[in-house]
Amino acid sequence: MIKEGKVKIWSDYQKEIPDDHWFYVRSCIRQNFFPAAEVTFLKILREELGKDIYETPRHTTCGGIAYHLECIPQETQMTIIARQFALMTEAGYENYTCSCVTSFGLYSETLETWHEMPEVEAKIRENLWKSCRMEFKVPKYLAHTSDLFYKFRNDISAKAKYRLVNKETGEPLKVVEHIGCHYAKMFPSKGVGGAEYPYVLAGMAESWGGNIIDYPERRHCCGYGFRQYHVKANRGYSLSNSYKKFESMEPYHPDMIITNCPGCHYFMDRWQYVIAEQTRKTYGQNGYGIPVFTYEEVAGLTLGYNPWDLGLQTHQVAVEPLLDKIGIEYNASEKYLGTGGKLICTPEFPMSIKCC
Amino acid sequence: MGKLYDRLVKDIRIKEWLKACINCGVCVAICPAAEFYKYNPKTIVNIVQSHDDEQIEALLKSDNIWYCGECMSCMTRCPRKNAPGMIIMALRSLSIDMGYFVESEKGRQQLPLQRTFCSNILDYGYCVYPRTFAYEDHPESGTVGKWISDNLEDVHKRLGSNLDGEGPGVLRKIPKESLDDLKAIFDVTGATARMKLVEDASAKKAQEMGLSIEEYVKKAFNDPGHGHTNE
Repeated sequence: MIKEGKVKIWSDYQKEIPDDHWFYVRSCIRQNFFPAAEVTFLKILREELGKDIYETPRHTTCGGIAYHLECIPQETQMTIIARQFALMTEAGYENYTCSCVTSFGLYSETLETWHEMPEVEAKIRENLWKSCRMEFKVPKYLAHTSDLFYKFRNDISAKAKYRLVNKETGEPLKVVEHIGCHYAKMFPSKGVGGAEYPYVLAGMAESWGGNIIDYPERRHCCGYGFRQYHVKANRGYSLSNSYKKFESMEPYHPDMIITNCPGCHYFMDRWQYVIAEQTRKTYGQNGYGIPVFTYEEVAGLTLGYNPWDLGLQTHQVAVEPLLDKIGIEYNASEKYLGTGGKLICTPEFPMSIKCC
Repeated sequence: MGKLYDRLVKDIRIKEWLKACINCGVCVAICPAAEFYKYNPKTIVNIVQSHDDEQIEALLKSDNIWYCGECMSCMTRCPRKNAPGMIIMALRSLSIDMGYFVESEKGRQQLPLQRTFCSNILDYGYCVYPRTFAYEDHPESGTVGKWISDNLEDVHKRLGSNLDGEGPGVLRKIPKESLDDLKAIFDVTGATARMKLVEDASAKKAQEMGLSIEEYVKKAFNDPGHGHTNE
C-alpha cells in the first residue's frame, strides 16, 4: 500500500491518551521474564518525564492467562478485573494502564461487554460486593503501557544519547516491530493504528531513528497460544509459528525486533535458541540471532542506560552485536554480576547460537 | 433445538460473537492453529450453527476444540463479525461443565493446567510465578533461563525486583488480604466449583484408564499423542 493510504488508516485509529496521572498494573509474564523492563518503564515516566503513575501492592494478576487456559470462568475473570478497578477508584485515579497485552485485551473485552450488556456489569458489581465488599468506577481511559511511550516518544527522543542508527554507515537500523495479538486484533479501535497498521511501536522506532521493515508475516501470531505453550506436549505449535515469522523476516536482514507484548518477546527470543540448537539455523549475522527487545529496553538504551541495568543479560539472544553497531558503551565483564558486583555463576554457552 | 445448543447460546461470547457464518474460510486462512493442527475453525462454527445436539456433543468430546491458540486473529478478519476464537472459548467452557473434556487427549490437559495456574493465583496472586516455573518443564528457556532459575534471588535483586518483598514492585509479595479476596471471588463466581469438577472428572477418567492421578497428569502434560498435527 502507498504511504498516503497507510497514513489515512493510521489517522482513523488514533486513540486519546491522557498526559498524566495513571493507575498502573503489572504483567505476570513481564515481571517473571523481563523484570527490569517494568522498573525501567516507571523510572523513565517518573524521573525523565516527571509523570505521576501510581501502583498499589494490593493489585494482583488479572487472571487472564488462567482464563485463556479455561481454568477460570469468564465471570471470575471479570470480577478480578472489577477488583482492580475498585483499587483504582479507591486510589482516586481514573486513567488505567496495564503492562500486559493479554490483560489489555481482556480489559477492552470486559468494558465492551459491559457497554453492550449492562446486566453483565450489574452482575459483576454484585459478585464483587459479595466477595470483597468493594465498589468501582470504570476507568475513564484505558491504555496499554506501550501507548504511553508512544505518546511520549518524541520527548524520549529529545533526551536520547543514542539513535537507532548504524554508527559506521549512518544508516537507520532495520527494525521488525511485533505487536501482541490481543493489543488490537480483537478491538482495533482500542489500539494506536488499529489492527492492520498498528503504529504504536513503529512510531517509537521511527522517532528513535530506526526504519521499520514490512515483511509478509508481520502480523502473524508469535505462537504463544496459551495452552499451546503452557503444556509441554503442545509446544511444537508455539515454536512452529515463531519459526514461520523468522523465515519470513530473514530476507529483509533485520537488525533487531521490538515487541510490546512480554510473551511475544520471550518466545521470539527463546525459540531462536531452540531452532539453532535443533537445526543449527541462526537468523542474525555471523551465527548470532536477531536480538529481541521490549519498548522499555529500547527507550532505556537510547537514553544511555547501562544495558545490564535494563536486564539485557536475561535475553538468550546476545545483544552485544547490536550495541556495538549503535556504538553503545557497556562493560562486558559486568554482564552476569549480581548487585554490587557480586560474583554469581554465568550461563553455559549454547551449542549452535553464538553468544558473547 | 437441543439442550446443548440452548446452553451454548446463553454464553455471552456466543451471544456477542456468533452471527451467521457465510463459510468464506477467511478464518481458516489466517488461523495459526489451522496451519499446525488438523483443525478448521469454519467447520466448528458450522457445527454450532447447525443447532444439532448430536454433532455438538461429539465436538465437545473431541480434540478439535482444544487446538485453537486464542490469538483471535480470526476476529479481525471475519467479514460478518463472527469470532470463532470466542466461540471456541464458549465450547471449551461447556465441555468442562459437562465433564466431556476428559474424553479427548487435549481436553485431559485441563488438570495439569488447573493445578499449576489456579494454585499460582490463589497461593501467590500471579498467573505465572518464578518459583513454580521449573526449568525441567521449560528447557526452551535456554541456558540463560537455567541461569536465572539457579540464581533467582540474585538475578531479581540485580534487576530491581522486589521478589516476595513487602510494598509495591516487581513480583512483590501479594498481601494476604488480597489473596483472600481472590479466593472469595473464586468461590462466588464458580471457579472453585470448576476446579472441583475438573479434579473429580479427571480422577474418574484416570481410574478408567488404569492410571494413578500422578501418571495421568504426567501423560497429559508430556505426551504429544498421535495424529493431531498436519504433516
